Amino acid sequence: MDEIQMTPPLDEAEIRRLRVGDWVSLTGTIFGVRDATLIRIFDKGQRPPVDLRGGVLLHTAPNVRRAGDRYEAVSVGTTTSARMERFTAGLLREHGVRAIIGKGGLLAGSVRAMQEYGGVYLSIVGGAAAWETTHLEEIEAVHWEDLMPECLWQFRFRDLGPLLVSIDSHGESTYARITETARERLSGLIEKGAGGEGAPDRGAPSGGR
Amino acid sequence: MREERVTPGDAGGSGATGFYSAVEETAKALYIGALKDVPADVRAALARAYERERSSVARQLLGIILRNIELADERDTLVCQDTGTPIYYIGMGTGLRVDGARVADALRRGTERATREYPLRSSVCHPVTRENPQTNTGYRIPAIHWEFVPDVDWLEILCIPKGSGSESMSFLKMLPPADGVAGIRRFVLESVVEAGANPCPPCIVGIGVGGSADLCVALAKRASIRPIGTRNPDPHLAALEDDLFAGINTLGIGPQGLGGDTTALAVHIEHAYTHITHNPVAVNMQCWRGLRATARIHADGRAEFGASGSVRHG
Repeated sequence: MDEIQMTPPLDEAEIRRLRVGDWVSLTGTIFGVRDATLIRIFDKGQRPPVDLRGGVLLHTAPNVRRAGDRYEAVSVGTTTSARMERFTAGLLREHGVRAIIGKGGLLAGSVRAMQEYGGVYLSIVGGAAAWETTHLEEIEAVHWEDLMPECLWQFRFRDLGPLLVSIDSHGESTYARITETARERLSGLIEKGAGGEGAPDRGAPSGGR
Repeated sequence: MREERVTPGDAGGSGATGFYSAVEETAKALYIGALKDVPADVRAALARAYERERSSVARQLLGIILRNIELADERDTLVCQDTGTPIYYIGMGTGLRVDGARVADALRRGTERATREYPLRSSVCHPVTRENPQTNTGYRIPAIHWEFVPDVDWLEILCIPKGSGSESMSFLKMLPPADGVAGIRRFVLESVVEAGANPCPPCIVGIGVGGSADLCVALAKRASIRPIGTRNPDPHLAALEDDLFAGINTLGIGPQGLGGDTTALAVHIEHAYTHITHNPVAVNMQCWRGLRATARIHADGRAEFGASGSVRHG
């Protein structure tokens, strides 16, 4: 399969060329963030100690081993993105982030923000940390170490991919499409009933004695 | 029933202290082991899914999952970064005279040592201050569930370091009896759609039916950690397992929620009798890792890894 090779920092034109269904591979600096990191930036109002413009973020909190004054990776994987939904617009608008790598997808607010500011969501296989770690070259720096393991991680990856473009900058989301299909099929399954069994008589809510 | 009970140390070995340090060592090994190794039944189910899957995106993603398991084996490393919430299910042989409080202590120490010595990420924190003690332990964590196994003189430990992606997608509803089986079925299907991509599908969907609210959720988790291929012994519930497995796999959610035929690797139901006024149903899922690791510790402190079966599922 052909992967589009990309090297951060990324500009808007590169991002706008990507479409849902494309496969991407990334080489270069990728910043690891998650709940506590983003809460610090947005809810506690602290400026990140690094410039995130054109940057690629990874929703993560790795397992690491201390080696002198540095950290070595034990296992770097990806966490569920939906928890960080409310931070997407701010990351794109105020910090110039161009791509977020995550698993499980983001919701409608993020799809709109990506369309408006020029961003993409790249799906990686959640739980595939052994695979992901083999693409990691180095932990370049660790900012906000007091948030361990939810620090602001600065990783260098080589050929991290294939990553699937699942939310693009044109308002398309694979997750939204799959969810819509699943809801339609769910209605069909409920109507059909198990083994031809019809719908039950309507019952009063539980709560008696 | 046995007349005699064996006190650790009676059979020679390294004495009572040796037994509890064996529990500690075993807890440490199981915690790390569960994070590194994918159970054989789960591997087989993933391989079958890869063969059967018709979506090319889904095949690509399942291929990465299978490659990831190989890499974890080859490099002797963690399958996933999430070190989970440590949960231990203990099967206490009634023929063994042990101090449960010391066993609990040993499980906690083993968890802390795994975290420090491996080292593992600490995924456990205070629920309000969010302070992370960096040990993967804290007040009431590890969670420990006790069961008693008649007529045997060993202790079994089943370790589930439960990942948050799947655990966050947990559901409970106290349905009225009039909703019947159709209500159970509907709630489970709706929950799987609601969970969507988040629990790292393809999942093992665990369902609790009956009991009280707390028991129903506990049963759903028990169901999610049952080996793939096992069935509920009650034919009514086994039929519902089959029906829901087929139904869930027509939803098209697919691996990682990016579309495909494989949304569930298995559907398991555990049940209990319930109150005449309600029809509780709970859903708790395992991600594709299907993680679980077990060992049996004998009175002399000897540990056998991989043994399982005594911790009853239901």
